[in-house]
Amino acid sequence: MTDQLTTTRSKVEQGMARRRRAEGRFRLYGVLSVGFGLLCLVVLFGNILSQGSSAFRQTVLQAEILLDQEYLGLNNQSPVNELRNGNYEGLIKQYLRNTAEVSSRSERRALYGLVSVGAHWQLQDAVLANPDLLGSTLSIELIMDDNVDQWFKHERDEGGAGRLNELQLGWLEQWVAEGRLKSRFSTTFFTNGDSREPELAGVHGAIMGTLLTLMVTFLLSFPIGVAAAIYLEEFAPKNRITEIVEININNLAAVPSITFGLLGLAIFINIFGVSRSTPLIGGLVLTLMTLPTIIISGRAAIKSVPPSIREAAFGLGASKMQVVFHHVLPLAMPGMLTGTIIGMAQALGETAPLLMIGMIAFVVDVPGFITDPSTVLPVQIFLWSDSPEQAFTERTSGAIIVLLTFLIMMNTVAVWLRRRLERRW
Amino acid sequence: MSIIENHQTDGEPFCDSPKLKARGVGVFYGDKQAIFDVSLDIGANEVIALIGPSGCGKSTFLRCLNRMNDTIDICRITGEILLDDEDIYAPKIDVVPLRARVGMVFQKPNPFPKTIFDNVAYGPRIHGLVNHRHELEEIVEQSLRRAGLWSEVKDRLDAPGTGLSGGQQQRLCIARTIAVDPEVILMDEPCSALDPIATARIEELIDELRDNYTIAIVTHSMQQAARVSQRTAYFHLGQLIEVNPTDLVFTKPQHALTEAYITGRFG
Repeated sequence: MTDQLTTTRSKVEQGMARRRRAEGRFRLYGVLSVGFGLLCLVVLFGNILSQGSSAFRQTVLQAEILLDQEYLGLNNQSPVNELRNGNYEGLIKQYLRNTAEVSSRSERRALYGLVSVGAHWQLQDAVLANPDLLGSTLSIELIMDDNVDQWFKHERDEGGAGRLNELQLGWLEQWVAEGRLKSRFSTTFFTNGDSREPELAGVHGAIMGTLLTLMVTFLLSFPIGVAAAIYLEEFAPKNRITEIVEININNLAAVPSITFGLLGLAIFINIFGVSRSTPLIGGLVLTLMTLPTIIISGRAAIKSVPPSIREAAFGLGASKMQVVFHHVLPLAMPGMLTGTIIGMAQALGETAPLLMIGMIAFVVDVPGFITDPSTVLPVQIFLWSDSPEQAFTERTSGAIIVLLTFLIMMNTVAVWLRRRLERRW
Repeated sequence: MSIIENHQTDGEPFCDSPKLKARGVGVFYGDKQAIFDVSLDIGANEVIALIGPSGCGKSTFLRCLNRMNDTIDICRITGEILLDDEDIYAPKIDVVPLRARVGMVFQKPNPFPKTIFDNVAYGPRIHGLVNHRHELEEIVEQSLRRAGLWSEVKDRLDAPGTGLSGGQQQRLCIARTIAVDPEVILMDEPCSALDPIATARIEELIDELRDNYTIAIVTHSMQQAARVSQRTAYFHLGQLIEVNPTDLVFTKPQHALTEAYITGRFG
């Protein structure tokens, strides 16, 4: 008996070393995978931040410009459309000619090219905001051309010239020495829509487009998804038809998103005539894509409500509706919200289906309503990444930072909401 | 042990003033029959204990009495069950008012994840029993008093019901049931998750409740059946073997299976 006991024990002891090794190995794999994941994240973020952070800065020229009433032919009584049409561009050119010495036409052109073609809008905006400025000297930070911007931010430190010639460099260095050429926080990046000129391009249009599109998506997919989940889980008879519906919902979740774009193009645009390139059509297509995720997670959340709660309510004489809406739904809500937020995050980053429905169009105006033409952040990123100018590369990373910030904000709100709604039983 | 052919229930399954009458009740889960031809009266203001080994169908039978089995899709019921001479399985009967008349307390305390007040107030609210807040407060207080929980919770009615101890939770569930003022209370092993002190408290409560309600209780504890009930029904493999006054069942069981069970030879 004792012998048998010792052999059993020694066998167990022998096995122990093997078991411990196996456990150690498994832990190592775990640590390695987590480490690899973190490394990828660090590289990704590091790369984006290092490339994109300069997108938030803009090179400007500090200028004192006399808003010459005679030159412009305007005064503070002039009607708005005349104020709008004033020759501010000429005013800037005049200012530049005065501040740097130029002789030939080609030199003049080189000089004018230093300032952004959109700089005169700055003057126009200032005058429109306050016509009394006419006649006085306006102190303004003129936005510089992207070539100057890139040179000042990147190449100058390394002694490079970028795409500028000797003459231009001479003027610029002089301005730097005078402290007039400087880099400041770029508000245009956040207040402007897209533009052909990198220094004037901003993400405001894309952000508004994204917000409007997500709003449409949420308003459609959340109620429809929750209603479908409740019906399928609580009310639908268990038969062949519901089974087929279930299988197809699961299949839909795995359908490549570009297919939904084609579907939206074929049905919403071609048959129902919804105008293309709007947050409305974008939201409709993304709803199709988000619905399966919301329905599946919603059903899982409903299933996880303990049956004892249902029984308690039924036992008191609650009707099916009352059981569902008083007890099941509140308890399932955190899970449903999690699913919804996963779906919305997916929708936030989706590009492919939106390309099919015209949201890739070049849209300068900032959309104000769901039927205005617009683009969304990921598509904006895609558009910019395709542009040859170096300044757009920088803006691509900048827009990615904005997109990621949005994603993190959304997830934070979701987690907070879930915590608030979560109840123990 | 197998099902007895042509079994007739021993003892006195019927009584003079029945509240609930079951006649030839059979229950099927899909193709499997769980209850065979059970006929039993539950008298007004009496406590009847349903005992028997696990899987004998006593809980299933209890759940037929307020149609809780309706929630199980594959469950089918034959025979008839009469509440005050009205067939509760008749097509015109709605389960919602039925369950308001025949309340139920479950094995595991299952308070809603709401406040103590809302737990008790839920029934009166959904049935529209009150018009004013103060009426509701009165019902809640009365129900908690009857369930013997008032003094323990009166200062924290806004606390979550799930934060109470097991015994308190079960008394809260009883308070919740009696707040609807049912005529019959069904209890499915209400003390199996509780310690002896909490159990004693619930048993006292059952005794007090008998004045106003008719109670059917399923229990695994024969001592409990002996302490709280006036009549005891013994179930075996889906058949009702014997029904007799409780003292008789525990002193002079009529059927051999009943005797075997109460003397602990199986169960």
